Amino acid sequence: MTSNALRPSSPTSDLTSDAAGRRLVDEVARNRIRRGRRRRTVMIVLAAAVAAVFLVSLMVGQTFYSPLDVWHVLLGEQVPGASFTVGRLRLPRATLAIAAGLCFGLGGVTFQTMLRNPLASPDIIGISAGASAAAAFAIVTLSLDDAEVSAFAIVAGLVVALVVYGLSYRGGVAGTRLILIGIGVAAMLESLTTWVLSGAAQWDLQEATRWLTGSLNGASWPQVIPVLIALAVLGPVLLSRSRDLSTTQLGDDTAAALGVRVNVTRLVVIVTAVGLISFATAAAGPIAFVAFLSGPIAARLVGPGGSLLIPSALVGALLVLVADFAGQYAFGSRFPVGVVTGVLGAPYLIWLIIRSNRSGGSL
Amino acid sequence: MTEQHTLVVERLVLGYGDRVVIDGLDLVIPTGRITAIVGANACGKSTLLRSMSRLLTPRGGSVLLDGKQIHKMPPKQLAQTLGLLPQSPIAPEGITVSDLVGRGRHPHQGIFSRWSTDDDAAVAAALEATGILDLAERSVDELSGGQRQRVWIAMALAQQTDLLLLDEPTTFLDVNHQVEVLDLLTDLNRARGTTVVMVLHDLNLAARYADNLVAIADGAVHAAGPAAEVLTEDCVRAVFGLDSRVIVDPTSGAPLMLPIGKHHVQA
Repeated sequence: MTSNALRPSSPTSDLTSDAAGRRLVDEVARNRIRRGRRRRTVMIVLAAAVAAVFLVSLMVGQTFYSPLDVWHVLLGEQVPGASFTVGRLRLPRATLAIAAGLCFGLGGVTFQTMLRNPLASPDIIGISAGASAAAAFAIVTLSLDDAEVSAFAIVAGLVVALVVYGLSYRGGVAGTRLILIGIGVAAMLESLTTWVLSGAAQWDLQEATRWLTGSLNGASWPQVIPVLIALAVLGPVLLSRSRDLSTTQLGDDTAAALGVRVNVTRLVVIVTAVGLISFATAAAGPIAFVAFLSGPIAARLVGPGGSLLIPSALVGALLVLVADFAGQYAFGSRFPVGVVTGVLGAPYLIWLIIRSNRSGGSL
Repeated sequence: MTEQHTLVVERLVLGYGDRVVIDGLDLVIPTGRITAIVGANACGKSTLLRSMSRLLTPRGGSVLLDGKQIHKMPPKQLAQTLGLLPQSPIAPEGITVSDLVGRGRHPHQGIFSRWSTDDDAAVAAALEATGILDLAERSVDELSGGQRQRVWIAMALAQQTDLLLLDEPTTFLDVNHQVEVLDLLTDLNRARGTTVVMVLHDLNLAARYADNLVAIADGAVHAAGPAAEVLTEDCVRAVFGLDSRVIVDPTSGAPLMLPIGKHHVQA
């Protein structure tokens, strides 16, 4: 580095009082606005893509319905054939795809940001697996209804989060230790799910795939509504902590010195993220790797700096919608959504592990 | 000149687990001056600095800013008056310099409030003061250690606090950049009247740059005051357990400590 002469006069100079200073301030503002513009553009494009795929997945299927038919169904009018196929089958399914995708995208990126590691996603560290095992147990063994299943799943998600955090606590939480313990806990919970499914008398293959990899088959409104409520209640709470969460990326001490209540932020953020993940999992199962993939994809799209919450939520919604659509129609036989996202996510996981072994890596 | 704030430490007790690190420490930070805290490894100097910026809750005693206990103040309000640059802050991957410096505005912003002209002006002033205007749109990852340290100091400047605490701001820097950082902090102190408190490793640089030198030993202040009074051969022996000679630095007139080890000593 060249030894820049420091400017002893500058700390006192009021920059807005002279033309050169004003130009400088303008430049800083212009650069800031440019950074924000890319983020906004990406979010608008993503939202438009979600809307487009949503519409297409309502139109396309074994029978094709025109946008006009779909529009009439959405308005609640009776259209022969379409009212049932679109209104009762495709609409709840596509809505659940978006709602679960938003939940997974938000929950995933929250954990990845907070623990400063892309591997620290709830579907890697056992939280989704816990919610899934609990939901499977509640439905298959206890035969509870949808609201009770959600409650069961969220409690299990929180307990798993607490257990993983507690087991990895040694005078502070190190990201790597937490991730490794989480992977172990996840493996245990996944075998628990298999056990629950095999123990039940009436288990069928559809139910099994839902709790093992995630599936939107047979989605109905009673399943979808709790997820929508969770989004409406927990989403804004999480978003209100967005700036604090970004600041904690600078390290706990730096964030605290900047006036962030680090522990309160962490608590609020963990509870809301686990809640979102658990509600979505109770309805759609642990759709493989969506939480894990959304944040890093969003980060590539919007570039460094700024909160990733909303971009990642939109990426999550798009991933689930597209993967479910592809799983139904792109291949010879029908695959549940989790199989498709699993195929997408696994190579990325391998690449990430290779890369982080080389460099210590972060999000 | 900035407002006159007072920072006072009273009978402070700090510790981790079973271990008490600071035990009944009293200290008055002179307003508008540069204070350097020195001491042996693990003597609690960083612990003291963290507690002085609310990061560590005291077991006993208190840290008073303008007579009020900082551990009971709202964190954002405190962060508008008192800033801290910790020892190893983390730069998010790929973040640009001006974005990172802008993070220093956090205590001045509400949850959903928009970025104001004040914020832009603070960032511009911080970039200019630290001489990193030409790096503003570069990624922090690409910078050298010396440049990066300036970026972090710029972030702390953008916070626009009247008191600035720094935990070893010169570690990992070569001697040229150490002097640059200390000159920058001195500029800031002289031009704005910012009260600077820093933990320093290098005793001789501390003696040269500090108006007030604080030597910590056994969990308490061993000596505090102008370097010429504090940095003596007896003090070095008591604080570091080291024999030394202290002479007058011909460059600055400050005391200069020459360690006397086992080898390479002329009779």
